[in-house]
Amino acid sequence: MNMTNAAIAEKGVGALDVKISSKGVDVYYADNHAIKNVSLDVLDHTVTAFIGPSGCGKSTFLRCLNRMNDTIDICRVTGDILLDGDDIYAKSVDPVQLRAKVGIVFQKPNPFPKSIYDNVAYGPKIHGLVADKADLDEVVEKSLRRAAIWNEVKDRLDSPGTGLSGGQQQRLCIARAIATAPQVLLMDEPCSALDPIATAQIEELIDELRSNYSVVIVTHSMQQAARVSQKTAFFHLGEVVEYGDTNTLFTNPEDKRTQDYITGRFG
Amino acid sequence: MVSMTKLSGYHSSAASNARLKKRHAAEVRLKAYGIIAIALAGLALLALLWSIVGKATGALTEHYITLPVDLEAAEIDPDNIGKANFGGLTKDVLKEQFPMVTNRKSKKLLYDLVSSGAGFELRQDILDDPSLLGKQIEFDFLASDVADLYFKGTFGRLDGVETSGDLTLIADDKEIEVISSAPDFIAALEVVKAGLLDRARVLRRQAKLQDNGVQEFIRRADRAEDNATKEAALAQVATRETQRDGLLAQADELERRAAAEGGNEKIGRKEPSLLLKIGDGWIKMTEVTPNGGRGEEILPIGDITSVPAGGWLYYVADQPEVSRKVSDNQAVWLETLRDKDAVKKTLNWRFFSSGDSREPELAGLWGAIVGSFWTMLVTFSVAFPIGVLTAIYLEEFAPKTRFTDIIEVNINNLAAVPSIIFGLLGLSVFLGFFGMPRSAPLVGGLVLALMTLPTIIISSRAAIRAVPPSIKNAALGLGASKVQASFHHTLPLAMPGILTGTIIGMAQALGETAPLIMIGMVAFIVDIPGGITDSASVLPVQVFRWADFPERAFEARTALSICVLLVFLVLMNALAVFLRKRFERRW
Amino acid sequence: MLSFAVLMIFASSLVFFIAGRAKAVQSVNGAYATLHSRPSYHGMYSSLWALLVGMLLLLVVSVVWSNLNDRVLMGAVLDAAPDISKIDAELVLSDAKSIAQGNIASKTDALRSTLAQQASAIEGQRLWGSVIISILGALFAGLLTNRQIDRDFRARNRSEKLVTGVLMVCAIIAILTTIGIVLSLIFETLRFFNQIEWQWWKFLFGTTWSPLSGVHDGVLDADKVGAAPLFVGTFMITIIAMIVAVPIGLFAAIYLSDFASPRVRLWAKPMLEILAGIPTVVYGFFAAITVAPYIRGFGESIGLSVASESALAAGVVMGIMIIPFISSLSDDVINAVPQSLRDGSYGLGATKAETIRQVVLPAALPGIVSAILLGVSRAVGETMIVVMAAGQGANLTANPLEAVTTVTVQIVMLITGDTEASTAAGPAFTLGFTLFCVTLGLNVIALKVVRKYREQYD
Ligand SMILES: Nc1ncnc2c1ncn2[C@@H]1O[C@H](COP(=O)(O)OP(=O)(O)OP(=O)(O)O)[C@@H](O)[C@H]1O
Ligand SMILES: [Mg+2]
Repeated sequence: MNMTNAAIAEKGVGALDVKISSKGVDVYYADNHAIKNVSLDVLDHTVTAFIGPSGCGKSTFLRCLNRMNDTIDICRVTGDILLDGDDIYAKSVDPVQLRAKVGIVFQKPNPFPKSIYDNVAYGPKIHGLVADKADLDEVVEKSLRRAAIWNEVKDRLDSPGTGLSGGQQQRLCIARAIATAPQVLLMDEPCSALDPIATAQIEELIDELRSNYSVVIVTHSMQQAARVSQKTAFFHLGEVVEYGDTNTLFTNPEDKRTQDYITGRFG
Repeated sequence: MVSMTKLSGYHSSAASNARLKKRHAAEVRLKAYGIIAIALAGLALLALLWSIVGKATGALTEHYITLPVDLEAAEIDPDNIGKANFGGLTKDVLKEQFPMVTNRKSKKLLYDLVSSGAGFELRQDILDDPSLLGKQIEFDFLASDVADLYFKGTFGRLDGVETSGDLTLIADDKEIEVISSAPDFIAALEVVKAGLLDRARVLRRQAKLQDNGVQEFIRRADRAEDNATKEAALAQVATRETQRDGLLAQADELERRAAAEGGNEKIGRKEPSLLLKIGDGWIKMTEVTPNGGRGEEILPIGDITSVPAGGWLYYVADQPEVSRKVSDNQAVWLETLRDKDAVKKTLNWRFFSSGDSREPELAGLWGAIVGSFWTMLVTFSVAFPIGVLTAIYLEEFAPKTRFTDIIEVNINNLAAVPSIIFGLLGLSVFLGFFGMPRSAPLVGGLVLALMTLPTIIISSRAAIRAVPPSIKNAALGLGASKVQASFHHTLPLAMPGILTGTIIGMAQALGETAPLIMIGMVAFIVDIPGGITDSASVLPVQVFRWADFPERAFEARTALSICVLLVFLVLMNALAVFLRKRFERRW
Repeated sequence: MLSFAVLMIFASSLVFFIAGRAKAVQSVNGAYATLHSRPSYHGMYSSLWALLVGMLLLLVVSVVWSNLNDRVLMGAVLDAAPDISKIDAELVLSDAKSIAQGNIASKTDALRSTLAQQASAIEGQRLWGSVIISILGALFAGLLTNRQIDRDFRARNRSEKLVTGVLMVCAIIAILTTIGIVLSLIFETLRFFNQIEWQWWKFLFGTTWSPLSGVHDGVLDADKVGAAPLFVGTFMITIIAMIVAVPIGLFAAIYLSDFASPRVRLWAKPMLEILAGIPTVVYGFFAAITVAPYIRGFGESIGLSVASESALAAGVVMGIMIIPFISSLSDDVINAVPQSLRDGSYGLGATKAETIRQVVLPAALPGIVSAILLGVSRAVGETMIVVMAAGQGANLTANPLEAVTTVTVQIVMLITGDTEASTAAGPAFTLGFTLFCVTLGLNVIALKVVRKYREQYD
């Protein structure tokens, strides 16, 4: 915390801080080398998009950023990943606290078999974010509003979250993730189950979140990446082929493979 | 207003850290509960196996008493050996060893040292070799259960105490007074006094219970609403108080005696026995002082009036006579026989090779094992084909109709019907309606077959389902009929899985008891059953029956039977695991 | 004798197989291709019929004949001694049968001896008769089907139809078993209630259970068949068992599914399986010989009076028996909770414990509830542990340190007791019926719950 403040003071206004910095990250699923020597900095107050063909390791890398891979027995991560300058794979780091700071929304919606309200209140409750019920209600409402689902569920907060449609479930999961008040939000194809209207609302949310947080989004939609992100990384076969400003990457890619991908020649 | 940005700072705050500690503590607790649960389950398993194996070892050996038999003197008609009174002969042989045993009660105790089956074994030996008649032979008499347990130390030990004084013996008409020149008997007196303290403790505990009663009735009297109840309660209080005070007084008296120096204590059947050994003679003490006491002769000491130091010693039994099945007399006789090297310990093969008996030392397991075999044979030959055919039908042929649904639900529910209900079914249908013989492996096997049928069907269906349809379809494509495809292709491939399920079902059936009790397999059957319609018992039922017998020696035999049963179960399950591993195929 | 018949039937079926095949070959003079079905199908068709008819006849004829014989003998007894009571008549009959078989009878007299002679005579007739009829039947069926064989006979389709029929009959045996259970239980239950003049409340709520002491002329005293103490006893032991089994089984399942390393799982699971595979009679022995004395000793050392056959000892051991049941079923349902739910929770920064308590367990709850219900059903129907370690006297108490008796214990006592079977059967089968209904109900509910739960995640 102090370090970050100091860093901000040092760099001054204008230059954006590095929120998450990774160096030489390799990930193995047993013998499967899924991520190969990836080094990539995620900036604060920025939306970073990961694009790339299916199975290239986008989700895997995303999951490394908040140590979700710890829950997979066969998964092994090497290399350095720093959050605000601190190694998140250090012994002293508690993954529980890390994940509170670095929230995640998964590719497939996974609401808990609880009421809609309880789904959203889950994070604030376990972390003790709010002192009383009124605050909790407020956090829940705010989160649901920002996830663009409030109007659809405000009359049935007590009904089970599993009873919502797929798209609604996904937005519920987004609301659940922002209710925990993370500093970084990782989103794995958050809009894949959403209609254009909801997608637009989520994109709006992402843009809004940028003012406070850093957002990383995995997407298969080139347009979406271009719309919402400032930075884009192109993954291919477990490597980051190209990482840079979204505009540059889409208009003037350096690598042949990137060009092929964004022009739809493969993937 | 709650600011989300501010909230997100919380995750790095001290408050969050403190809370995190608590959250992790909760996690450690949950994990600890899990470990404790596993540990408790493991402990229960260990306790169970430990207590059973520990008890079973006692039945692994048996004892024989080798005694000379004068077959010349015994008047046995060589032409009619079978009719001769070998029981009487056995008794004579024992009497010869201890001629001083004359009164009827003692004689009975003496005869109890040797199994009632020993005479039959002697007869068998002579029938096998009639030339023995007219000879002097040494014969191994099977020790009775009580003698056997004594040799195994079940009834405690006799602890020898060395002495230092010269002993003077003064005989009057019934008893002998013994006086040592040194206070040799202090150790014995201490043991007796420790016994007194034990008894005092028991009395105090009883007094405490009475006192609880007193308090309770005082409370009731206070709460009583009418006079009658109150008076009844007060009367209870009074009687309980007297009882309590009586018990306390007795305890005080015992403790006083224990605390006093020296003294003269009587040794009854409730005190640890004190046995004096002089040469080959034994005296059982009935009174003890630091320097001697009084006692009665068990084995003759002759006309001796004094014994020099070192020529005598005494033994203290660590259990009082009442709490063991073997009397002091018997203990002395057995010790004497042991001193003469007439006692032999052998492996208890008899247990594994003979049928049931009411005499523990003669009882064996073979009848039950054979009975279990016949029963399992019936169970297998009924349940396996029917189970497999049903599974094939349900998986491959049955149309998806309501009727098939009913069969399925039915099978699932049958799997959970208590086994005793199957017993009732067997009782009323197989015994009552079909008039089949009681206690027969045929009926037992049928009942168990119905019981294991659901298990076999369910596992066979799973095995059949695991065979990929492509194989069957290939056969069908080559023009095979549905029946051919199922029986020639699917079934052989599913067989390992089916067999695994069947073995597990059979293992369950092998351990099943309750339904067999219902159909009369609890009867006492000595003979080894020769077929499925003979009366028979099975292993678990024999365990049940023996567990109920009062003879101490049956406890070890029951435990050993359980071990044998468990060994069979382990073998069967190992076979199932082996089959599963060996033929496990991933398609 | 009967095995001889079975052998003969098998032999004739084999003969028909060979004969049928030969005839099929002969019918086309060895030109196999012109046959509708392969020759062995013709043989099989004929032999299957012979086998089926023979076996069926053997079973039916010998059973029916045996019942007829019993009736004849009973008639003879009643002729000889017209005013004999029904129970005595049955006794005489069973004695006569024992004598006829050369076994020991409770009494031998002129009546019994003559009856024995008659019994052995008609028993011989029955044996010979059923054997001959069944073998003849097999031959007849074989010959008849053998005659049908010719070139165009659709032997394969026919025999496959037959096989399918046999398969279906096998499947129906499961239903027959259930019907048999229900019928045999209901029959005696109705008779029982008839005897106590349909005062069913006296059975369900009466507090005096001593059914055989109130028997007059084979009729029960309705005031002595109050089974409430048995229900309470069963309930108490079940509760104790569940108090032991549910926490241990559940925590063990939670630990094994979410905390344990693969190595721990490798030995802990087989350990629980061993616990599940131990026969109940062994648990009963353990309860009676080890646990009960221990509990009694422990109770006395702290000044409590404990019955030597306390409900506590039986309940605790029954709990141990049910632990693996609860743990393996719960383990299944806990594992069935999708990983994505756990990930969702971890992703929000929840600890493992929070995830389990607040996400996994609520999601698995229906499955766990059904596991517990099945466990209860097991405990209620368990016999050997309580027969060996619980009391036998019907004692209405709520104190787990006293001896109580259970429904199953009383069934065993009634059936194995010395009382005339027909008298004891009423209360015993009625208790059995009650037990059957309760366990069936528990199972149906449990299976429903679990099915609902499966649908949720499939
Ligand atoms: N839990 C796992 N166990 C084993 N291998 C895995 C696991 N998860 C992913 N992999 C492997 O890691 C590689 C990368 O997978 P990942 O899920 O990161 O791809 P992705 O880029 O997210 O693809 P998509 O766009 O389809 O979501 C793949 O080869 C995949 O098979
Ligand atoms: Mg992905």
